[in-house]
Amino acid sequence: MEKIFQKISLSSASLVFVILIGIFITLFNASKPAIDEFGFNFITDARWNEEVPLDDAKKAPASVEINLDDMDFASNDEILLDDDMLLDESGDDDILFDEEDSQTKTVYGGLIPIVGTLLTTAIALAFALPIAMGIAVFLAEIAPKNISHPVGIAIELLAAIPSIIFGMWGLYYFAPIVADLVGGYQVSLLTAGLVLGIMILPFMAAITRDSMNTTPDVLKESAYAMGATKFEVIKDIIFPYSKVGIIGSIILALGRALGETMAVAFLIGSIFSLPQAINDPTISIPVAMANNFGEASGLGESSLFYLALILFVISFGVISFAKLYFLKGAK
Amino acid sequence: MVMSIEKFSFTYAGASAPSLKNINMEIAKNKITSLIGPSGCGKSTLLRSMNRIHDLYPGNKYDGKIKLLNEDSGKMENILDIKKENDFINLRQKVGMIFQKPTPFPMSIFDNIAYGLKIAGIKNKTEIADRVEQALKDGALYKEVHDRLNKSAMGLSGGQQQRLCIARAVAVKPEILLFDEPTSALDPISTAAIEELIVELKKDVSIAIVTHNMQQASRISVYTAFMYLGDLVEFDKTENIFLNPKEKQTEDYITGRFG
Ligand SMILES: Nc1ncnc2c1ncn2[C@@H]1O[C@H](COP(=O)(O)OP(=O)(O)O)[C@@H](O)[C@H]1O
Ligand SMILES: [Mg+2]
Repeated sequence: MEKIFQKISLSSASLVFVILIGIFITLFNASKPAIDEFGFNFITDARWNEEVPLDDAKKAPASVEINLDDMDFASNDEILLDDDMLLDESGDDDILFDEEDSQTKTVYGGLIPIVGTLLTTAIALAFALPIAMGIAVFLAEIAPKNISHPVGIAIELLAAIPSIIFGMWGLYYFAPIVADLVGGYQVSLLTAGLVLGIMILPFMAAITRDSMNTTPDVLKESAYAMGATKFEVIKDIIFPYSKVGIIGSIILALGRALGETMAVAFLIGSIFSLPQAINDPTISIPVAMANNFGEASGLGESSLFYLALILFVISFGVISFAKLYFLKGAK
Repeated sequence: MVMSIEKFSFTYAGASAPSLKNINMEIAKNKITSLIGPSGCGKSTLLRSMNRIHDLYPGNKYDGKIKLLNEDSGKMENILDIKKENDFINLRQKVGMIFQKPTPFPMSIFDNIAYGLKIAGIKNKTEIADRVEQALKDGALYKEVHDRLNKSAMGLSGGQQQRLCIARAVAVKPEILLFDEPTSALDPISTAAIEELIVELKKDVSIAIVTHNMQQASRISVYTAFMYLGDLVEFDKTENIFLNPKEKQTEDYITGRFG
């Protein structure tokens, strides 16, 4: 009996690795044409689906002029109403170019979605982290039981809301408020990042509260017994004690923020344009993939896979880094 | 006398009956006073009233008086009157506490000891270093840990952790130290080391110790209080309690007929 259990648990554990490696290999194979074509320049190239004369193709200037299509967003409304129109860059409307010079090729570069992904995630984390910590401290240490219990349940419910609902709410209610406050576009890096932050907030708060609650009473009591104030106990005892759980919650939240598609798709503007300001619209990797897979083929499709591979590596890298860096001194 | 407990009763939040009823006793200066009695009789409850650590949880009820000697003015002041956080901090710096299980903070050995000094507002680095060293010596721990002060305190053995907690409490120079069964989670050798340490400490502080172990009480304490079901049955010189008890209940407990 024990042997069977051992076998089952061993094979389920190895299954995780098989899946992980399998996904990596699939992504790598599918993106092979794009990798061969663009190499690592893909990461620093801001041109997506752009026609260039053959000889220019290899020298990817880092700061390329913004796509022609970007000029389309003369007014916000247009973006709000049919952002699909902005996205048909991957459609083949390049006849104009072809007439001028038949010696052209299409260039794909991932810089814009990569930057978009990293920036939205960074904004989300910067926004959510302090608030989540505040909520967790309040629930675990400050609020009396008859308040912390219902608020805790509400927060767990918030964490269960599907992301598309956050996206719609963000677009119709939250984005106009943010745009009023800071100006700029309603769909932008900032609004996408903030809504993403609101999404990961309950999640972080709930896990952080749970790990703070594992601090033994007697440990807190010994600090109070030395004359520590509540603030000192929270800062010097509870935070260090629950560090592992807090970092775990950040890692999970990071993973979710990096890969989030629906909510960001509503809010980021979905245009291939390098943001010049925090309230400029742009695009993220998952959104670029979700919006373009339908009509992509050939090198375009392969480039999307390349983006997916990069997202995979970023998520993996960020999470491993966080684990190694923050947890190495924890035990 | 540094503390005097007068007609003291205590009821936990939500409890229907008091856990302590009409307690009268005192803690003598630079002496060891032990509290004995069967499990659940209220020893910890009484000890935890003496630094009002109970107040971390809302709704408990105190009655009577617990008076603490103010070393500056020489007056006895009722600690049950304390309401402001500052006064609580003051009280707990004067009346330290060591728990049954060692409770090292999640930080280095040095920082564990320095912690009380830092929160007491001492900023001078050399003063902190000196007092940490002195406290480690007072806690009979210096020889064992002086070469790894910056290592986590979690890596020490149980007995060492408990001595660290004692050193940590001693570092802030309290007037009274409360020990709640400080050796019941330790092996006999660590227990002996800590007993010795406690005896050594009474030079500088007055000590109240809860113990399960009657030999321990008779070995180290000068006064002993026997408690039973929330009552203080008998409080006297330790030799009287053990050799010549006045109450039948005390005698039964001492001779092992119950408890
Ligand atoms: N937090 C609490 N709330 C309610 N009752 C408690 C609490 N802690 C202890 N008691 C009760 O108070 C009595 C005395 O407990 P305690 O002081 O811990 O006993 P001892 O330390 O002598 O073993 C016991 O009957 C116990 O059930
Ligand atoms: Mg007890």
